[in-house]
Amino acid sequence: MAELFAKLDALPVTLKHLLMGLLPGATPEWLVSVVSAVLTITPILAVFPLMFALTTVIERKGLGRIQNRIGPNRVGIPLTDIRLYGFGQFIADGIKSLIKEDVVPRAADKVVHFLAPIALLIPVLLTYSVLPFGKSMVPLDLPQTGLLFFFAVGASTELSVFMAGWSSRNKYSLLGAMRAIAQMVSYEIPLILSSLTVVMITGTLSLTAIVQSQSGVHFGFLHNWHLFTPWGLVGFFLFLTAAAAEANRTPFDLPEAESEIIAGYFTEYSGFKFAIFFLAEYLGLFAMCGLGITLFLGGWLPPLNIAPLTWIPSWCWFLGKLSALIVLFIWLRGTLPRLRTDQLMAFAWKFLLPMTLINLVVAALWYLLRDSLPLYARWPLCFAMLAVPYWLLGRGFEAKFTKREYRYA
Amino acid sequence: MTLPFAIIAGLTVGSAIAAMSLRNLVHCALSLVLTFAGLAGLYLQLNAEFVGFTQILVYVGAVSILIVFAILLTRSTEPKDEPATVTPWIGIAVAISAFLTMALAVLASPVGKRAASPMGEVSVKTLGQKLMTDYVLPLEVMALLLTAAMLGAVIIAMKDKEGSR
Repeated sequence: MAELFAKLDALPVTLKHLLMGLLPGATPEWLVSVVSAVLTITPILAVFPLMFALTTVIERKGLGRIQNRIGPNRVGIPLTDIRLYGFGQFIADGIKSLIKEDVVPRAADKVVHFLAPIALLIPVLLTYSVLPFGKSMVPLDLPQTGLLFFFAVGASTELSVFMAGWSSRNKYSLLGAMRAIAQMVSYEIPLILSSLTVVMITGTLSLTAIVQSQSGVHFGFLHNWHLFTPWGLVGFFLFLTAAAAEANRTPFDLPEAESEIIAGYFTEYSGFKFAIFFLAEYLGLFAMCGLGITLFLGGWLPPLNIAPLTWIPSWCWFLGKLSALIVLFIWLRGTLPRLRTDQLMAFAWKFLLPMTLINLVVAALWYLLRDSLPLYARWPLCFAMLAVPYWLLGRGFEAKFTKREYRYA
Repeated sequence: MTLPFAIIAGLTVGSAIAAMSLRNLVHCALSLVLTFAGLAGLYLQLNAEFVGFTQILVYVGAVSILIVFAILLTRSTEPKDEPATVTPWIGIAVAISAFLTMALAVLASPVGKRAASPMGEVSVKTLGQKLMTDYVLPLEVMALLLTAAMLGAVIIAMKDKEGSR
């Protein structure tokens, strides 16, 4: 029984080896490596854009329910009465964006305007190459620099946003790009600092090794995910907040802010280029969620080390956790209002940054006290060291927000 | 010379030339970013993964944004139609002499003749220990420099605010 499940777990890897075996024996070496790379990339390019397509439908339906509407429920299989609860919507949307006219403003800088969506999508897709999707399922294992690669490639999206906003020659676009860059630069610091705690504890930048480090077991059944430690718990929520800002999700969607500056930096994009921006934004969010899962939620490990849960294939766990986080972000979008620019900046620099710095100190303390204090004393002590500053910083914010003072930024 | 090296080197040099010769400042900045990325590619070719990715993180991610903001906030980005008035010959002469001096210095130095040290496992721990022991002075000097720059920025911003009142 367990053997069958192990086979199911390794199914994608087995499939790849099977397909590689079909190559004729006389194939040159460079062609073998190219075929191997293509076979690794294809599932990523198939699964995540499909997930994006489904997410758009689920998001519209979910937001509809939250706002007491029905949401899309018409599109099903054409020429029949089958409606699939509206889940054919994304195909219709895709066809629509493909056949729409691609309007480029006359004043626009044509070359930069054309390159911007490409320069945004490629780094976002590259970030997927280091995420471990399942047991021995990582497209590109960088044992010395995995996490650094993720952040380095992710950081280059900021320039693409600038390219899009500047080349459009539109005030709204430039304003949106400025807002986006200011926000991404500010929130990148808490994002990286909150992930650094994990690097401090595990002592490695390799994402596979970070997942492996969470595979130990507490009390015989509970996996020691980093989420279950005080610094991991706080770190995960700090990470998630910064990730939402980095992916321009509500409540941090000022760069797009349809009700203020139309769509921000991609106002002047239409047709399929607009769809590419949309795709890149969602894929960026999925990649951030994937990194959060890898760092704090045990990657592809099940929460409990008990028989029925360990039978589920590791890649199903990863995709399941990813779906749960996506639903959480849809829920947040339906619940929270948008921040003002000054609130956004104050939140990043006066709340998130101090909290991540305190979290780094607490993680170091957690590591140093591992032999001298038992778990039941260490956990509450470290948690209190985080809860008290949280309360104090939060109180400081409350006092600031009671007096309404408008500063236009 | 391998094919990847030729491609990366060509890209780096080509984008560097574009960064110098294009008339629109933002285009120059974008070409310069391509040069930074090409340099990162050269580091990766030398198996210096950490340095290569740090180069991308710092230069492509942060320095480029700084340059672009500086251009946007200080002057109009509209390209001027008039041709360049400065003759490039003096600059070319200075560049060639500087390159020759550096190349001769590198060739004469004993670094090239030294056998390559064995590739050790570069872990985060060894990096941290090196930074905190052998290279602590450069680190502290850099920290001081950055703090001074930050203080300067804060002072400039504060003066601006007082003036507007």
